[in-house]
Order: sequence, then structure tokens, then C-alpha cells
Amino acid sequence: MTAQTRSRTDRAELWRLSRGSLVIGVALMALLALTLVFAYVPMGAWNAPVSYAIAAAKALLVAAFFMKLKSSPALLTLAALAGLFWLATLFALSLTDYPFRQAGERITAPVPSRIGTESPL
Amino acid sequence: MSNDAALKEPFESLDRQRLSAALGMWIFLASEVLFFGGMFLGMTIYRQIHPDAIMEAARETNVLFGSINTALLLISSVTMVLADKAAEKGLKSAVLAFLAATAALGLCFLVLKGFEYREDIHEHLVPGPDFKLHTPAAQLFFGFYWIMTGVHAVHLTIAIVAVSTYFVRIWRGGFPFEGSAALPVLGLYWHLVDIIWIFLYPLLYLGGRT
Repeated sequence: MTAQTRSRTDRAELWRLSRGSLVIGVALMALLALTLVFAYVPMGAWNAPVSYAIAAAKALLVAAFFMKLKSSPALLTLAALAGLFWLATLFALSLTDYPFRQAGERITAPVPSRIGTESPL
Repeated sequence: MSNDAALKEPFESLDRQRLSAALGMWIFLASEVLFFGGMFLGMTIYRQIHPDAIMEAARETNVLFGSINTALLLISSVTMVLADKAAEKGLKSAVLAFLAATAALGLCFLVLKGFEYREDIHEHLVPGPDFKLHTPAAQLFFGFYWIMTGVHAVHLTIAIVAVSTYFVRIWRGGFPFEGSAALPVLGLYWHLVDIIWIFLYPLLYLGGRT
């Protein structure tokens, strides 16, 4: 095989390998454009959930295809899910704490006259 | 290059070695998720307590810098995964080109972030006595902004140094990149740094725009 034909087969091989990743890359950029547009559309309370849902979709694409979880042994997916499990625990326990505090323990937004008089939290 | 060169003690096969390396990295990444998760949680709670002040502060970040930087990191993830794929096929020049592109995109991110920080400082968006906004809780948002983007930048810097180190090692020759677990594992770390930014982007740049 001459050097020229070898570099041509290398290029063809590289193109074949890259195609899938490029498609995911284009999808990620499309999601970025979408989230940016939605940020300026007035949706009231829905703006934040929509932007985080799109972020989660992007993260899922990166984790499944770029981090190869889709084609990895279950062991690796388990390690990844363990992180998410403890993250969910952290959020669930903390976010159930604040709404259920007694009247005296509740944190309200004070309107102080100057910086420094606000409650510690 | 022989794959035997990549095999290290105590592993008996390259597959086991690569799986172990990936598992180790995933466990580390799970701890990183919790590390950043604590900061995301803090911000979520403050946002519930002071919704108006946090949204008022969120409008002050520069969405143009944030969006361009998100695009740069997403593209860098594509080049990183291509470097890994090219390595599996032993295409050395392609590996080097993609690693160089990945490191360069990461550097572009940091340079843009630097310009953004300069603008933020100029606009008095550093929490303290001269802070731009008068609602005290608005400073909380920028406290999180500086810490979270700063810690993310430190992670990205480490990733850029690691990618550059492997670029030099592969370029010099003698590094068995085809079978080595180094590139796939480095890729996992790079992609996580990207994922963290994917969530920082709506948190810091997209709130309060309507």
C-alpha cells in the first residue's frame, strides 16, 4: 500500500468513525440554540423547568454517547447512577427540610435598610 | 505499536485494565457530581427564599459570553471523543490534531471567561461594599457565580494541562495510545467538566431574561 492510498483509507476510516459523534454534536448545538430562544420567551414559572430539562437532555446525550454509557458494561452505569442517587438524596432531604420548618424557624426574605442587617441565611 | 506496551501490572488483559480505569474515573466523577451538587443545591434554596433578588442579579450576567462559551465546550467534547476514536484505530496524526483542537477550545473558553470576569469587575458585580445592586440577596447570586465558575475554571485548567501532556507524550512517540486507558479516561473527565457547564449555563445565564 502506498502512503497516499493509506492516508486515503485512514481518512475514510476516520470519517466513518466520526459521523455519529458529529450528529450528536449538531444535536447539542441545536439544543443550545433552543434553550437560548426559550429563555427569552415569557413562560412564567415554566422558564426555569424548560431550561433545566434541555440541560438534562444535553447532559444525557453527552453521558450516553460521548462518555459511552450506552455501550459500557452495567458496572460503569451503576457507578454513574450511584453519583446521581446521592445527589438526589442530598436535594430531596434538603428541599423537604425548608418547607416543613416550624413558624419560628422559618426563613423569610427580610427587607433591611442596609447591607449587613440581613439574617445569616 | 504493540498493545502489550500499554498493559501494566497487576492486570492480565488490556480489557480488564481499561474497565478498571474507567470504573475508577466514574467513581471519582460521582464524587465530583456531589461536590458541584452542593453548590447547585445552595443556589436552589437561596433562589426559593429570595426569588426576585436572585432573578434581578441573574439578569446582570453576560449571556453572549455564556452562550459562546457553552458552544466552545460542546465542540471541545466532540473533538475529545474524536481523538479517542482515532486512537482506537491507531491514527496518530488525527489523534494529535483532535487533542490539539480540544486543548485550544478549552483555552479559548478560559480566555473568554477572563474577558467576562474583567467586565464583571468593571461593572461592580463582585460582592462587597461597592456592589452594583442594592438588594442584599443579589450578592448571594454573585457569590455563587464567582465560586462556581471559578471552581469550574480550575477543573477545566487541569483538563487542558492533562490533554496537553498526552499530546506531547503521543507526539514524541513511544506512548502506546492505541491500547492505553489514558485517553478514554481523560475523555470522561473532559466530558464531565462539559456537563457541569451545561447545568451552570441555565443557572447563571438564562434566569430572568424575560
